[in-house]
Amino acid sequence: MATVVREAAIERRESRLARIFDHPTVLSVIFMLPAGLLLTLFLTYPLGLGIWLGFTDTRIGRPGAFIGLENYISLFGDGVFLLSVFNTLLYTTVATVFKFAIGLWLALLLNNRLPFKAFLRAIVLLPFIIPTVLSAIAFWWMYDTQFSIISFALVEFGLIDEFIDFLGQPNAARASVIAANVWRGIPFVAICLLAGLQTISPSLYEAAALDGASAWQRFRHITVPTLMPILSIVLTFSVLFTFTDFQLIYAITRGGPINATHLMATLAFQRAIPGGQLGEGAAIATAMIPFLVAATLLSYYGLQRRKWQQGGKDD
Amino acid sequence: MSRFTRRDALIIGAGVAAGAAVGAGGGLGAAQAQATPELKLTPEKGAVLRVLRPAKFVQGDETLFLENTEKYVKQTGVKVTVDSVGFEDLRPKAAVAANVGKGPDIVYGWYDDAHQYPDKLVDVTDVAEYLGKKYGGWYPIAEKFGKRGNRWVCLPLGAAGAKMVYRISWAKDAGFDGVPGDMAGFLKLCQGLKAKGYPPGFALGNAVGDGNTWCHWVVWAFGGKMVNEKDQVVINSPETVAALEYAKQLYETFIPGTLSWLDPSNNKAFLDGQISLTNNGISIYYAAKNSSDPTIKALAADIGHGNFPVGPVGKPTELHLTVPAMVFKYSKYKNAAKDYVRFMFEREQYVPWQQASIGYWSQPLRAYEQSPIWTDDPKHTPYRDIMKNMLWPSYAGSLGYASAATLADYIMVNMVAVACSGTKTPKEAATEAQRRAERYYKV
Repeated sequence: MATVVREAAIERRESRLARIFDHPTVLSVIFMLPAGLLLTLFLTYPLGLGIWLGFTDTRIGRPGAFIGLENYISLFGDGVFLLSVFNTLLYTTVATVFKFAIGLWLALLLNNRLPFKAFLRAIVLLPFIIPTVLSAIAFWWMYDTQFSIISFALVEFGLIDEFIDFLGQPNAARASVIAANVWRGIPFVAICLLAGLQTISPSLYEAAALDGASAWQRFRHITVPTLMPILSIVLTFSVLFTFTDFQLIYAITRGGPINATHLMATLAFQRAIPGGQLGEGAAIATAMIPFLVAATLLSYYGLQRRKWQQGGKDD
Repeated sequence: MSRFTRRDALIIGAGVAAGAAVGAGGGLGAAQAQATPELKLTPEKGAVLRVLRPAKFVQGDETLFLENTEKYVKQTGVKVTVDSVGFEDLRPKAAVAANVGKGPDIVYGWYDDAHQYPDKLVDVTDVAEYLGKKYGGWYPIAEKFGKRGNRWVCLPLGAAGAKMVYRISWAKDAGFDGVPGDMAGFLKLCQGLKAKGYPPGFALGNAVGDGNTWCHWVVWAFGGKMVNEKDQVVINSPETVAALEYAKQLYETFIPGTLSWLDPSNNKAFLDGQISLTNNGISIYYAAKNSSDPTIKALAADIGHGNFPVGPVGKPTELHLTVPAMVFKYSKYKNAAKDYVRFMFEREQYVPWQQASIGYWSQPLRAYEQSPIWTDDPKHTPYRDIMKNMLWPSYAGSLGYASAATLADYIMVNMVAVACSGTKTPKEAATEAQRRAERYYKV
């Protein structure tokens, strides 16, 4: 009799413990805790600190005081900052358009039955594999006013008489760094879109072909809508990478000539680290956030809307 | 990154012997003859030092620096590791160390770093006074960089400077036996070179070293300056405009593409025979002299060095890169650190080091004007007076946050570049520079 009572008590205790752990709220909190801690430590804290620094006049080697919006007000009166915002928007827009146009085209090509398919796909990835700084230095030589291989080749072929001043004129320099960024960004877009293309069931195309759809119609009404979800993700990432680009510019132009290629990221670095103005640098970096959030929302929610995907209009 | 290896240690004996020989033949006895000042710094027991220095521009600089360090290790038993990083990483690394309170005990830093965080640095007044007395005194510019009020916060190890580097034979073709000492003559030289098909080239991109050097020189030469003695921004002045008009005329003689030039660009173009004249450290000459390519090696004989011409202000207005030796307060072995810094300045170490750097580093202490390196090869001599002739980046104001920010933002270089390229008139360029600088010099 006594044994039975004791056993029942143990059972009750166990079940209470088990019940607590079985409770969905408790369980989910426990499971999310490690991830939550990691995110707080490595993402929320640095981001929060950066935003906070933007509201201070911190210098390298000296903690700052809270100065409210002073950094931002001062930046809006600063021609170089405004120029960097313009450069960044231009750089991101033009580079993204080209990356997607060429990337999609490449993905479509690679999706066909080709000889040496695996080999070709590996080659496409090459620009992505090479460390950015190395490819940037290669571009720096290719764009060199005195030693450019491009100019050299064109002169040898008799197509031009003088070496091209790739990086010495503002617009030429912008075009040059955008081209370098496009070259570097295409593989990412192409490979991601190729992955997306391969998930499209061939039976859809077969059905469409039976219905007499042309190649363009198949692309327009099957490929594009089915590719949209992955396209929106890739677009989001690509815009983020391009908008925050630093290495290419830093290695090729340092933001020159006369700040024509300074992006917000390079300007933030220049002001914060070599210039010692941590607060102002942080403010420039923080000023990138609204643009990034807007771009993310647009591509993520906008392009994922079912109606848009199916070619419909808003209600 | 460079660390000591056993092999390094084994060749030290030879280095010491060579150093002693150079020292004895160096004619530095005069300073020694005076009563030798005393400085007693006893390194802490078991001291271990970490030193961070800029990456070498010339191999000998690093080799001798490491040999001297090894000598110090042998003499005192203090353990020292030397790391080197590129100039661009040096400032952030030192600043982070200062901020965090952890890192190398000694940093050989960048320009006016010491004035960014003077409170984090050990007072080195005693070492400065000792060295000053022993070696004929510091140049005024060394005091400007080294002192904060009455206290020395760092000791400028030396300056890596630029001079006019030109092709002797081409200058002759243009009718010149060297670089003229005045601005009008210099412009004529550039125009003459251009006419002969040998254009000059001066960096106008965001080139930390070469761009800043010549742009500051040309503006200062005409009396323009970023700030006055009271740290008021005065760059928008008739003097600046005159300087920009002049720079524009110079620019018309340049090889195309200098607006994009970064620091290495002029070296490459000069060694390739594409330009006849530029401003640079002794590194071009050194690269030619030691090249394995016979054509480039032959070029060395045709390379001449000249001073920057003096403008209407009537005094040299050069800007060069100084490297301050800073001891951080967080160091556990402050005495050892100060003693190491002192040791590296002593004649037995400094002169061989200058010798091995083939004139790349010029001294902050007058006695070392006698270093044999400056007369061994007459082509070295112009580099001797670098610290004697130079001004500081925020001339004529003080060194500090605003001056560092102004320099790092390339306000001077951008102003000259804008005016040269013709996108803005000299007056507009000066107005814009004034506005940009005022952001940093606000009350």
